[in-house]
Amino acid sequence: MIVNIVQLTNQFSSSVLDISCEPQVPFSDSGKQELIMAKSNASDAQALVRSLRSAYAATPTNLKIIDLYVVFAIATAIIQVVYMGIVGSFPFNSFLSGVLSCVGTAVLAVCLRIQVNKENKEFKDLPPERAFADFVLCNLVLHLVIMNFLG
Amino acid sequence: MARNRGFVVGFAALICAALLSISAAASIRPISDAHRSAALELFVPVDGSFPSLEETYEALRTFQILGVGKTSDISGATCPVVLDKLRSSTSSPKEFFNALRLIGILGCQIGSQTFENVASHLQALIKDADSLMDLYYSVISLLHIKGQGVSAVLSDAEGVFHSIKALSQSDGRWRYDSNNAESSTYAAGIALEALASVVSLADAEVDQSKIGIVKHDIEKLFDSIKSYDDGTLYFDEKHVDGSEYKGPLTTTASVVRGVTAFAAVAGKLNIPGDKMLGLAKFFLSIGVPGSTKDLFHQIDALSCLESNRISIPLILSLPATVLSLTSKDQLKVEVTTVFGSAAPPLTVNLVQASSYDKNTPVLENQELQFDTENNIHYLDILPLKIDVGMYTLEFEISLHDPENLNIYATGGRTNALAFLTGTIKVDKAQIGVFDSDAESAATMQKLDLSQDNRISLAANHLQRMRLTFQLVTPLGHNFKPHQVFLKLRHESKVEHIFALESSARQFKIILDFLGLVEKFYYLSGRYEIELAIGDAAMENSFLRVLGYIDLDLPEPPEKASRPPPQPVDPYSRFGPKPEISHIFRSPEKRPPKELSFAFLALTLVPLVGFLIGLLRLGVNFKGFPSSSVPALFSILFHAGIAAVLLLYGLFWLKLDLFTTLKALGLLGVFLIFVGHRTLSHHASTSAKLKTN
Repeated sequence: MIVNIVQLTNQFSSSVLDISCEPQVPFSDSGKQELIMAKSNASDAQALVRSLRSAYAATPTNLKIIDLYVVFAIATAIIQVVYMGIVGSFPFNSFLSGVLSCVGTAVLAVCLRIQVNKENKEFKDLPPERAFADFVLCNLVLHLVIMNFLG
Repeated sequence: MARNRGFVVGFAALICAALLSISAAASIRPISDAHRSAALELFVPVDGSFPSLEETYEALRTFQILGVGKTSDISGATCPVVLDKLRSSTSSPKEFFNALRLIGILGCQIGSQTFENVASHLQALIKDADSLMDLYYSVISLLHIKGQGVSAVLSDAEGVFHSIKALSQSDGRWRYDSNNAESSTYAAGIALEALASVVSLADAEVDQSKIGIVKHDIEKLFDSIKSYDDGTLYFDEKHVDGSEYKGPLTTTASVVRGVTAFAAVAGKLNIPGDKMLGLAKFFLSIGVPGSTKDLFHQIDALSCLESNRISIPLILSLPATVLSLTSKDQLKVEVTTVFGSAAPPLTVNLVQASSYDKNTPVLENQELQFDTENNIHYLDILPLKIDVGMYTLEFEISLHDPENLNIYATGGRTNALAFLTGTIKVDKAQIGVFDSDAESAATMQKLDLSQDNRISLAANHLQRMRLTFQLVTPLGHNFKPHQVFLKLRHESKVEHIFALESSARQFKIILDFLGLVEKFYYLSGRYEIELAIGDAAMENSFLRVLGYIDLDLPEPPEKASRPPPQPVDPYSRFGPKPEISHIFRSPEKRPPKELSFAFLALTLVPLVGFLIGLLRLGVNFKGFPSSSVPALFSILFHAGIAAVLLLYGLFWLKLDLFTTLKALGLLGVFLIFVGHRTLSHHASTSAKLKTN
């Protein structure tokens, strides 16, 4: 996915460069030029997002599941932080426990994604089931600690 | 005011009581109604009878001597017991003794046959008896039977006499039996009483030489007599340990009983009358005893002394030791026997009256007149011009009939302590404030201490206050009382007490406020002046407030001592204190419930989003193994994870860490095993797919 983003940024910057290398038009066309530039900036952003999306669609499903899980965990953490922002941090241990549970499980999911991703040459020999077993075990230990700290 | 005066007089009385106890003259009084009422109070029968025959005898004998109480209520319950003891063939000598000595007092109806049986029984017991107490009980019982009119004769009187005498020791004491080597004075009294009974029971005359030997023993016994400081004499054991020890009262009573009984049968004993008088004084100096046994021994011994053949003691006592000049009291002296009966005709002579403090005689050789109506010797002291104070009086009794000298014991010179009290006049009292350097020019105010007018003075710390007065006795001499105090009391209740110095003519005190500033704790303000004068011989001792003085003292410096804290009303100091309201840590503010529930719902929203996203991605269960065994393991794997999560839920709700860890350990082992099987199967199937 990072590779895709790098490719897309290259495309984007090259398109921008293309625009800037065009010869100077006489004065009466400058306003039009700016409008064209702004428009092209907006449309370029749209093009970038579109190309990101299409590139993302190419990722395998199991990785998408893991990404979705990470988003879910982080969203839960954000909601808890907002709640704490509203009511204050009175049972601080509970707050920490909840937030760290979400963040911890997100981190473990990211580790799982790295290990399971076939394009990652470093973990070529590691069977994905082994990575999943590690993920489950670490989550169980994390949640034991979280439950103890929850109070 | 009356309370203060009473306190002063009471304090003076305490001094003279203390002095009386250490003086050589004891104020002894003969037996009086106080003893009679004490006897009625102490000897109280329970349910119409006393606990034992011995106690019954003690009570009834005391009542008989004192002339109080009724025996009729007791005889109803006690006579059957007495009869039972007499009729029984297994009674011991002590039981016979206890029963028989009650018969004379109680007046039980007992047939002469019973007496004769008992008498023959006792004769047999006497023959077999070997201890002093058995012989004593048997012989005395036989004597009581003889007293009832039944003939009882001791056949082998000489033998019994000899066996009792054999137990005597060389110092006049007796042993209890031949096995016991220890001798006792109490046993001597018992033995003498038994010997006297033997002599009176004997059918033939007992050898006079034997009686003479016993008389000699009595004289030796009297050599061991002991004395207290106040002239009373008593007997006591040589060793005060041991279970057989009976105190001096019991021992002396026993000896007195024995000696008087023996003198009654044996004739004149060579014992000086002073010793009998000393013994009588010992019994009388006890006062009114508090226990039944002590009262019985006292009364019984005194009744033996009242009419004995050696010498009858005559007691000289003063009914009143405090004589008032104001009420024109006479000095009254009583001479009676120990029980208060009339003495033979005699004259009392006041040999000398000397002042207690200075020991100078104020009176000599005054003969007291006799009032036949009240049986009292008296002397008018008013015309004798004796001043107030404490005096030691020395009396001498002279019997009119010289024959009575052999019968009665008068005891030579007797000392007594007496107080002569009167009203003391406070004369020429003056008080005033003056400057330090102008003493002679001081203006003094006259005080009249008989009236209650208060003076008011004012002084600063550079001035002095002077108080002078004279104390004059009724006869016009200068008087020096025990207590002459001046008290200054501040408004804050801090007190200072000063003693006045006396010269030959007057009492004077000068308070130099400059020197007293520190003693007064630098407290300025109003001080109340109180004068206290008191003495045992002063009838009008007083504690009077003279007035007040306003003192102006300088400011206290830094390091001045603070006045001592005054006593606080105990109820205010130790009473209940104000209630403390405890402030607990106020609980933290919690958010409103609705907000919390709203956010709980909001937290679950990402989960819902996750599930929807999964559905949109097209999640399926195609990877689930189809064949049964791997399927089972997969199911078990998922179940295991669910179980662990459930355990965590329970851990949060109620379990503790250790239980959880134990359960987790078990579940974890299971989960590892199952998970390994499942995942390895999954791995192998996916590898197969890849190769395919």
